[in-house]
Formats: sequence, structure tokens, C-alpha cells
Amino acid sequence: MIVSEPISSSVAGSAPHETFVLNLGPQHPATHGVLRVKMTMDGEYVLRAEPVCGYIHRMQEKMGENRTYAQYLPNTGRIDYLAAMNYTHGFVGAVERASRIQVPPRAEYIRVITSELGRISSHLVWWGAFLLDLGGFTPLLYAFDDREKILDLLEGITGARLTYCYYRFGGLCNDVDESFLTGARQFVAQMRPRLKMYRALVTENVILRKRLIGIGPISPELCRKYGATGPVIRASGVPYDVRKAEPYSVYNEFHFDIPTFSEGDSMARYLVRMEEMAQSLRIIEQALDKLPGGPVMAEKVPRVLKLPAGDYCYAVEAARGRFMVRLVSDGKEVAYRVKLRTPCLSNLSLFEEASHGMLLADALAMLGSLDLVIPDIDR
Amino acid sequence: MNALFAKTFAFLDTEPYRLVIWVVAIVSFVALNAAYLVWVERKGAARFQRRPGPTEVGPAGLLQPVADGLKLMSKQLIVPAGADSMLFRAAPLLVMAPVLMSLAVVPFGRGVTALDLNASLLIVFALGPINLMVVMVGGWASRNKYAVMSAARVVSQNVAYEIPMLLVVTTMAMVTGTLDLNQIVQQQSGGFWHWNLFRVWVNPLMPVTFLIFYICMLAETNRAPFDLAEAESELVAGAYTEYGEMGFGVFFMAEYANIVLGCSLATVLFLGGWQSPFGVMPGLVWFLVKLYFLIFSVVWIRWTFPRTQFYGLLNLSWKILIPLSLFTLILSAGMIKILRALS
Repeated sequence: MIVSEPISSSVAGSAPHETFVLNLGPQHPATHGVLRVKMTMDGEYVLRAEPVCGYIHRMQEKMGENRTYAQYLPNTGRIDYLAAMNYTHGFVGAVERASRIQVPPRAEYIRVITSELGRISSHLVWWGAFLLDLGGFTPLLYAFDDREKILDLLEGITGARLTYCYYRFGGLCNDVDESFLTGARQFVAQMRPRLKMYRALVTENVILRKRLIGIGPISPELCRKYGATGPVIRASGVPYDVRKAEPYSVYNEFHFDIPTFSEGDSMARYLVRMEEMAQSLRIIEQALDKLPGGPVMAEKVPRVLKLPAGDYCYAVEAARGRFMVRLVSDGKEVAYRVKLRTPCLSNLSLFEEASHGMLLADALAMLGSLDLVIPDIDR
Repeated sequence: MNALFAKTFAFLDTEPYRLVIWVVAIVSFVALNAAYLVWVERKGAARFQRRPGPTEVGPAGLLQPVADGLKLMSKQLIVPAGADSMLFRAAPLLVMAPVLMSLAVVPFGRGVTALDLNASLLIVFALGPINLMVVMVGGWASRNKYAVMSAARVVSQNVAYEIPMLLVVTTMAMVTGTLDLNQIVQQQSGGFWHWNLFRVWVNPLMPVTFLIFYICMLAETNRAPFDLAEAESELVAGAYTEYGEMGFGVFFMAEYANIVLGCSLATVLFLGGWQSPFGVMPGLVWFLVKLYFLIFSVVWIRWTFPRTQFYGLLNLSWKILIPLSLFTLILSAGMIKILRALS
């Protein structure tokens, strides 16, 4: 049901087309945070949806420009608080690339394991919250049950449950212990039947399928136009994943698939994420099998880090897409410019064009399928 | 002793006393149900979600509804600027009335009916839809965009689901040959195979008819997966967005009261009312057992399924339920004719 013009009816043909502005948010149950979408509506049809950002802007980039790299490191876990591991990975990666620090292989493997665990926990939160948007309350509690196990595991090694700061320039804060490794194996073994159960109970539910299939199709061209990445572009049939396209860390040592679907609708985005969880489990399993011994911290990392003057980029595949850190250094201990390329802002930008003419409920289903984390948009 | 008892209290069966007793009984039945179904829903939801639910207030959280009620009553009543204050205040008052009136004709047990009318089925369906109209009035009077959208949804949902429901009820009236709920129950005496649900010789699609009735009941009571009027991820709280304090509480209670009414009707029309499933000991207890089983299933569905889209809901009604219920109506009309001709 897509309309581009205000709906005209032959009966009330002479009546003026009345539209109204619906202020969705910044306090609204469907926006999961302080996103505000100014919607021009014709009845229940969305004519124009203009996202208004900035309600949780914390000047993350500016903060990066007036504190040392080590001081700024904990901030990166607070940009996308659901995928903190991936985000710190992006930042330490950029600094390591600039200062040419060689990270020991054990640290890289543990980074992969923890990043992938973080990705699963992030996707689980999305899954629960997305179904909440669709009016299914129960899956949220199941998702959080699984996520709890990840949080417990990561808490054991990092001490934090949400905004981890586990990676250091040159390695990790501390080595993992035996209980983490057995716990991670156990989690992989437990999670597979759970994913199967979710498929049977939720993915194949007839109401859910009706609500998602064919809703909010996003073409690859639209993704390119707005720079959408992550599950959004993969659901449009483009197999773009930073882990494969520009392998970082030790990702090229693992076998895993990039799930893509050509439909581009909300169901495709849903399925991409569900499949990604299975692929992350695969990566974790392989990394646990191959985990080398040795130190977890590079030798001779200077206490006060001064990057050589230059322009450095490092991209990681975060849970929501490509997260890139760009550091411009003038040789001082504080960066001259920090640019954070976050996936959610690009993924949100296409909403205005893609939601045109959709029904409110469908538009919100599509908004949920984009998996937005608001601090990641505003940062 | 019994005779003395009967003699002493015979006056209770005379008009003013009887009326007072029934008014008190029905109001307290509805109020208790509405309050404790909230508890049942919260506990039920918790169990489906593998958590304990309310546990703090009273044993097993049993005093939670009281605490909720006290909290709601202690809130300030706010009539939003620009709202139609008279309608805004009147809507919570009106929303309970149709349910209370409808329950007067429902036979809870043998002779346990406040008002024994011979057109009781008609009364229930004449009064029932008023409830949704009141929700519409409340939404409209709020002058909130979400509430107005919800009010518009309520009307088209009401129109869409009233039709198949009435077609089903017409089928039942034809099958049973009466509009008297008491007689409908009496016809179903003697074991569960006599229940209307299993009267497949008159209408081979009787279980389907029951299903249509059940779905329509869910839609009429605004329950998930058809709770489009208060779809919180789209319309915040729908028609109730601007309501706070006990005004919201009354809307909330009315929802449960309507579930009680809808499930009572399903019990009476299809599941033999107060008749026992084994033909022994018919009575109020059986009615309540069936009623609460249906209510439990309503809770179960709510916490299992996601919400439909609005056009999905209308499609279901206009494209599936209405043709199907028309078909069962014509089918049972034909079957009745054939059975008459045979006998």
C-alpha cells in the first residue's frame, strides 16, 4: 500500500486535502530513545518523515580532540552502547595503525571472540525491541535471557556489563581465564538450539511474516545514495561487510558467510540479523579452537602516545554497519581531528525517502528494522 | 429449617430488594474481575515470559490491583487544554455502563440471571457496541492526534467486526431457535456433545463459527493481536493517551469487563453455559470454569502473538470472516430446512 499523493476520494473530491504533522518522539515508545521524527501525515499515510537529530548529542568528536587517545578510549564504547566492543575495536585499531603497534595474535583472537559476542548481544537486543515494536512482548524477555549469559561472560573478563573498555592500544587490558573460554563454548552450544527455537516460534509466525514481508523495501541504489551499511545493505542484496571487504584484525583467518537477501524488505533485514547471529557463533567457535597462546599486550607501547603526523582511517563492521574512525594527527598527544563515521546516521537518513507513502504502522516496522541506536546517530 | 429460611428471605425475591441485590452483585462481580484480571494478566504474562510477575504487595502479589487502584486515584486529574472537557470526563463514566447492563441478562447458573428476558441475546448485542463508541468519544474529546487516529481506527474496526459477529449470532439464533440466553443454555444440557460447539449436524462448520466468534470477540474487546486502538508502538496509548488518574483506570477495567462479557457469551452460546460437560451437577461452577478458561486463552494469545497491521485486520474481516460467516449462516439455514423436511 504505497501512495505518493494525498489520498483523494471521489466522494469527498471537493474537500481540501488535509494533512497534519505528527510529532513522533522524542518521547515515543517506538523510537527507543530520543529520536524525533516529524511526520507529515495524510490520515494514516506518511507523506514525509523528517528525522530530527541532536537530542542526545554529546560532542563525542570534539571530546576526542581535546583529550589524549587513552583518555578518549572509554568514550568510544558509549557511542553505540549496544556494540561497545566493536566501537573500541575501531578506535584502538586506528591508533594502532597510526603508531604501527603490532598486536599479539592471542589478543587479536580474543578481540574477535569478544566483538562477535558483542554483536550477538546487540542483535538480541534489536530482536527483542523490534518485536516489541510489532506488539509481541514476550520475545524481549527471551532475548534478554540469552544476552544475560553474554553479559555475564564479558563481565567476568572486563568488569563491565555494557560499556566495555577492554581493548588497549596494543592488545587487551587483561587475558581471558579458563572460565571465560568454557563459558563461551557453552554459550555457543546453548545458543544454536535457541536460534532454532526463535525461528520456529517467531520467524515463522504468520502475523510476523505478514507484517514484514514486502514492507519498506530499500533498493541497493537507495543504500548507496545514503551510505547505508550493515544489515540494511546486506538485506538489499549487496554483500558488503567490512570483515570481508577490508579484513581487519584476524577476520580473514575464519570461515564465515555474509548473509544477504535480495528482497530489501523488513523481513530481509530481520533474516540477515538472525543469520548473522549464527555466523557469529561460527566465528567464535573457530576462534576458540584456534586460540593461540602468548602475551595479550604488545611490548613497548609508550605511556604517552603521540601519533606521527598524518591522516589515519580504520573501519570495523559494528553490529549496525560500518563504523570508521578517522584520526588526523599533528604529532601531538591529542588528536587534531577525530571523525566518527557511524552507521546509524546513514541508515536513518534513508528513512525519509523510503517511508514516503507508507502507512504509519508499516513505517514504524521499517524504522525498527533499521535497528537504530540513538546515541550512535547523534554521538 | 430450609422452609423457614425460604420463608424468612422470600422478600428478597420481590422487586426492589431483588434489584438492589443484583445491582450490587453484578457491580462487585465486574469490579472484582476487572481488578483481578489485571493481576491474572500480569501473572500470566510473567509466566509466559519466564519471570515471577508481581510478588511484593501481599501474598503472590494479590494486593497489587489494590495498590494500582490507590496509585491511580492519588493522581491529579488533568483535562488537556483544548479538549472537550465534558465529553472527556463523560467517557470513562460511560464506558462501563454497557457492560454492566449486558451482564444483567447473562445466565450465570440455573435461575441465576438478573433479568430473564426472552430477547436477551438481542439486548447484549444492542448494548455491546456502545462501549467502542465511548472509546471513540474519549479519543475524539482528547484533541490529541494519536487519540483521534485511534478513535478513527476504533470505528472502522468496530464496523468490520460487528458484521461477522452478528452473522455468527444470527446463525446461533437460527440453530437454537431462540433469542433467550437461558433457553440456549437449557438446550445444551446433558454432556459436552450436546453443546452448540458440537452441533455439527445442524451446521457442519460449527467449530469454525465458534472461531469466528472468538476472533471477533478479541477484536471487539481491543485485545492483542487486534489492539490497534491502543497500539503503543504506533499510537502511544491510542484513545487513552491523554487520560491519567482513575479515568485511565476505568478504561482499563472496562477492557477486562468486556472480556468477561465476551467470554461469558462465548460460554453461553457455544460451550453450554452452566451445563456440566458430563451431564452431572450443572451449576455456576461450570460456568466459571469455562469462563476463566476462555479468559486465560485470551491472555495467552496476547502474550504470544505480535500485533497485526490495521489493513491486515480489516482484510481479515472483510475478505475472510464475513464471507465465511455468511456461508455458515446460509449453510445452517439449508441444514435446518433439510432436517425439518426429514422429520
